[in-house]
Amino acid sequence: MPDIDDMPAGGIAAIRKLLWLMAAVAALLGALLYFGLEGSGADKQTPVAAKMPFGGPFELTGADGSVLTEQSLAGKPYAIFFGFTRCPDVCPTTLSRMALWRKQLGKDGDKFNIVFVSVDPARDKPADIGSYVELFDTPIIAATGTDAQLAQIRKGFGVYVKKVPLDPAKPGGDYTIDHTAGVFLMDAQGHLSSIIDHHEAESTALDKLRMLVG
Amino acid sequence: MKFKRASLLAGLVVPVLATPVLAHNFTIGKIAIGHPWTRETAATQSVGGGFLNIRNNGKTADRLVSASSPFAAEVQIHTMSMDGGVMKMRQLKDGITIPAGQTVELKPGGLHIMFIGLKQPFKKGGQIPAMLKFQKAGSVKVSFAVQPVGSAAPMEAGHAGH
Repeated sequence: MPDIDDMPAGGIAAIRKLLWLMAAVAALLGALLYFGLEGSGADKQTPVAAKMPFGGPFELTGADGSVLTEQSLAGKPYAIFFGFTRCPDVCPTTLSRMALWRKQLGKDGDKFNIVFVSVDPARDKPADIGSYVELFDTPIIAATGTDAQLAQIRKGFGVYVKKVPLDPAKPGGDYTIDHTAGVFLMDAQGHLSSIIDHHEAESTALDKLRMLVG
Repeated sequence: MKFKRASLLAGLVVPVLATPVLAHNFTIGKIAIGHPWTRETAATQSVGGGFLNIRNNGKTADRLVSASSPFAAEVQIHTMSMDGGVMKMRQLKDGITIPAGQTVELKPGGLHIMFIGLKQPFKKGGQIPAMLKFQKAGSVKVSFAVQPVGSAAPMEAGHAGH
């Protein structure tokens, strides 16, 4: 048996590749076993990634004062967006896009809910967000919550939010909010299906939505 | 890249929602202003974004330094950017430079005028008067056409879908 150093370079590379592949397969099998044993029997077929907890649990207040949780949204896929009504550009643009996606999906358009969460509870009261989403000519579930409730859902979705004074010289004055502008697509079981980025092409967004409701 | 994508989005959104209105333009000295527009607002909404094109036909740079409107407590000039998926909006206290011979676009996804403390909601089809002040050219009265909330671009006749 030749020493490994005597083998042609291509042979060594092939063995290295094989070793790496074997290591990767072992790791994958290990992960599958680990997560498979952790999960309940009923959803053993679910891919590993989809079983990762995401978004919930959360509790918010709807525009009509009702309680909105990951449980009450379950059973139907939904597209959820975080913003605030004093956002003059990205928020109305995104909510309009979502309304348009629903129209463009035709008969599948009513197979998902659109959810808008205000991250500005100091200024957006439930009635404010209710009247705001009425502008968009499509049903939108609007919600907000206490600071603690919003911190919880932001953590669940990994949403970045930061209050920034409009005038740095007046830190206590009027402010804007830097915030994550992507749309999270959640399946009927409350698992993350995909994220639609703000700059993503409409055709890609529609493909992702078709996958969500398909 | 950002510009191209915004244009693409505009092209897709406008034909569906457009109800064309007449283009309107304003001039003051060497400054030409093309179709200022804004979006309708909800009854309880306290801000609105304003968009327009500003062309400097002069041989020296000018600057949009401030704006005001009887329909808002305050009007500011803002920039908006996306940073790692996070929207960031900032006030431009020094205004916007309009280089000689160039056009600066204030449009969704970038620079905009922000009406703050609306005296009444912006109604679709309406006009919002405003005063724009330029460092060299002086002040000019303009009006912002109120377009549907779904608008991503000005709805001038023959302008949609570009």
